[in-house]
Amino acid sequence: MATGHLALGQEQGAQSADQRIINDFSIIVATVNGSGSQSANSVLLKSIFGMGVPVSGKNLFPSNIAGLPTWYTIRASKDGYVARKREIDVLVALNPETAREDMMSVQADGVAIYEEHLNLKQYRDDVVCYPVPFDKITISICAEAKLRKLVKNMVYVGAVAQLLGIDLGVVESGLRKQFAKKQKVFDLNFGAVQAGYDYAKATFTKQDPYFIERMNATKGKIIVDGNAACGMGAVFAGVTVVAWYPITPSTSLIEATTDLLKKFRVTPEGKATFAVVQAEDELAAIGMVLGAGWAGARAMTSTSGPGISLMSEFAGLGYYAEIPGVIFDVQRSGPSTGMPTRTQQADLLSTAFLSHGDTKHVVLLPGSVKECFELSYAAFDLAERLQTPVFVLSDLDLGMNNWMSESFKYPGKPLDRGKVLKVEELKRMGSFARYRDVDGDAIGWRTLPGTPHPKAAYFTRGSGHNDEAGYTERPGEYQEVMDRLARKFENARRLIPAPVVVKNGTSKIGFLAYGSTDFALRESLDQIEKEHGASVDYMRIRAYPFAHEIHDFVASHERVYVVEQNRDAQMASLLKLDLPGDQVVKLRSILEYDGLPADARTITDEFVTKEGL
Amino acid sequence: MATATGSGAASGPVGPKLNHIGLPVLEYRGGKSTLCAGCGHNAISERIIDAMFEMGVEPERVMKMSGIGCSSKSPAYFMSRSFSFNSVHGRMPSVTTGAVLANHTMMALGVSGDGDTASIGIGQFVHLMRRNLPMIYIIEDNGVYGLTKGQFSATADIGSKLKTGVINDLPPIDTCAMAIQLGATFVGRSFSGDKKQLLAMLKAAIAHKGTVMLDVISPCVTFNDHEGSTKSYKFLQENDEPINEIGFVASFDDIEVDYDSGEVFDVQMHDGSQLRLRKLLEDYDPTDKANAVRTLMEAQEKNEVLTGVFYIDTQKPTFIDQLNLVDEPLGTLPESLVRPPESALESLMANLQ
Repeated sequence: MATGHLALGQEQGAQSADQRIINDFSIIVATVNGSGSQSANSVLLKSIFGMGVPVSGKNLFPSNIAGLPTWYTIRASKDGYVARKREIDVLVALNPETAREDMMSVQADGVAIYEEHLNLKQYRDDVVCYPVPFDKITISICAEAKLRKLVKNMVYVGAVAQLLGIDLGVVESGLRKQFAKKQKVFDLNFGAVQAGYDYAKATFTKQDPYFIERMNATKGKIIVDGNAACGMGAVFAGVTVVAWYPITPSTSLIEATTDLLKKFRVTPEGKATFAVVQAEDELAAIGMVLGAGWAGARAMTSTSGPGISLMSEFAGLGYYAEIPGVIFDVQRSGPSTGMPTRTQQADLLSTAFLSHGDTKHVVLLPGSVKECFELSYAAFDLAERLQTPVFVLSDLDLGMNNWMSESFKYPGKPLDRGKVLKVEELKRMGSFARYRDVDGDAIGWRTLPGTPHPKAAYFTRGSGHNDEAGYTERPGEYQEVMDRLARKFENARRLIPAPVVVKNGTSKIGFLAYGSTDFALRESLDQIEKEHGASVDYMRIRAYPFAHEIHDFVASHERVYVVEQNRDAQMASLLKLDLPGDQVVKLRSILEYDGLPADARTITDEFVTKEGL
Repeated sequence: MATATGSGAASGPVGPKLNHIGLPVLEYRGGKSTLCAGCGHNAISERIIDAMFEMGVEPERVMKMSGIGCSSKSPAYFMSRSFSFNSVHGRMPSVTTGAVLANHTMMALGVSGDGDTASIGIGQFVHLMRRNLPMIYIIEDNGVYGLTKGQFSATADIGSKLKTGVINDLPPIDTCAMAIQLGATFVGRSFSGDKKQLLAMLKAAIAHKGTVMLDVISPCVTFNDHEGSTKSYKFLQENDEPINEIGFVASFDDIEVDYDSGEVFDVQMHDGSQLRLRKLLEDYDPTDKANAVRTLMEAQEKNEVLTGVFYIDTQKPTFIDQLNLVDEPLGTLPESLVRPPESALESLMANLQ
């Protein structure tokens, strides 16, 4: 996990070969979508991880099947910073189409490793150049023409490993893990790595300052993407019904969930304890979730912005008829179709108030892959406890990229299936009123279809109803249910995941952020402290409705910066609706919304400007 | 199905007639209808009550599902002891799919209308039929929007006239032809005014395993029962052409069924019941999909309203079969079956290191 503590001895200024920069730089690999570069990128990432160096990987890809430019960025950071780094230190240029532009984006004194015939040296004399004849090397080691495109990527892994000082043995074991049971594939790929390594060794004299050196910072850590982590959370929450419609960037969440269900949830007799349904659209997906939730199942769907819009009507039904369900929203850049393969945190307001009428929803905001796991299983408990749809807002950056993390812990508590009346209780009570607040927690008891008692049934409806679930248009009866729903939402403040106090000292300035912005903000706060001597406080929000600690945090600071990845300051807006009037004026916003993951430097620059430091 | 408990009238004081699980018909009744007097939907509710009573279905084992519209209100008017979900407009199929997946031991009865099905809900209808989800899907079809006061729906026939004099000039969607083509395994059409046919069809529907799609013409007395309407009582009484006469013998009825060939088509139902279709249309074979669709298309050309069981397939796997679900309801499986053990998480973590 990124600790984000002050980076001692970190040098960002002038660089030269005799001043080594160890385990603290970014690599960008420019390739073509669909060329099979993903596995090579993954091997390089895991090799750095295998060297014990904290690392993160991000795929900046186009909305396209094959043929368009794609970039993979890897950041090695001895201090554990895993956010996107704005500056590019090492370029691997394999895409002729973007090579010139890529070369221009490398920072001064950076490094470029590129296909020899691209002759990128002509564009920059302040970048260390290592031209490699990738095509020629590939032809020499791979007889089969159709495999060459894939193998070529592994040649770059070998060359980069040699130049950065990554142990070839570490690359080899990473590769062996990747191609676990395919010896031939392993041989071919490792041969390519070796050829790249040998070429670099024989040809180049190290002229740049970037080195990977062994550390011991990744022991016991895992590398995983947020979508897989959410899927694990759902499976360990005991999800039984999954209904979904394919959409980038949420699809891999369902794929991960399905794989795990097939692995862990088939009985010895070969029967499934789960149902996964690819629905005809997102309306049907959430309709199935609500039908299943009503009939007692732990049900989920996963989508992104356009799907959330389609789910609007059903979300209101779920809220008003009080039906549990979990909806994952892996956010991408909106509005409308937007940029499907770029990240954003711009669905916050639309999910919090999804649907017409006085509707509001519980929204969970995981800020790491570990929390993707934890808040995912928490969401199922909350949905059944509160009898309402619960939204889990992840985003493309968190969901589809690889993050280093502590291992996930097995849930410590049994499943909380909420307030469900069993037949024995009904026999004792004689009857029940579905929407009556008998316990003072604003949550009624429900029965499940099939409960064998003549008084077990009730009529679920989205139309006006009284506390016995009967149709009503009487003002008092209608309002009583609406007021109880408001009280239930108010009580949820105490049940949802509490905010994380990252730092709360004596500063007059506080920061609030959520989700994947955390990675960049932690690094930014270190920059602010180191470069400007300003120590500021930071609380990370993990859910809506807001816990009371968030009110206290705002109250105890003079100025509060809300950092988020959308144009309209959606979290700040939501806070303004919740905070007392005299607190609202304290809020300031720092916003990043160009579709790229947030980076620390942009936040720092904006803060410094706003504060006049 | 529970075992028969006798008529109950054999001993003691004479009480109400009980069905074979010992319940009087009263236990199948619902709330008072708020639909118009004479609405076809009320007659359908009555037939549902009769069919469920006569079949001895436990009310608590039934989920009544609906969308939005006059039709979709009607689950409140029958079987109050059953669990009911009045969802959103045109989306009853998805909600029912979820509910059945959560508990496939329940019987799902969906009530929809022609607007709820053939317009706003046509997408979900199409995909529901493809899945052969075990459920009964009833369209209470009056060709008109009632709650919004009399607009044409997508099942209105060409040339049909609104009270306002507006003539429908778009072709109707034949929901039965669609359902057959898409994969439903029991498809029929009836008329709310034909008590005998509708009751027999509903009883057979209860015995069927798979998607039953019944289009029941149900005249709207307020907006579509006038001269010039093709969904009026008068029009149906004059133009209803049954293709077969439906006989149904439940599995628990101790009646010998004699098999004769030629004029009768016998179907052995999943629960052991016997469906007997006496052919009224020459050589009509209700297992022949292509012929069923062609017959319906030809009838439409001739402005005939065919009724009867058009298609039946008792062998096709249901959605539940295809998903290979455990026998118990998914929704109430114990934690030990749905949360993998700690060792499972540990092995996942080890693979990610």
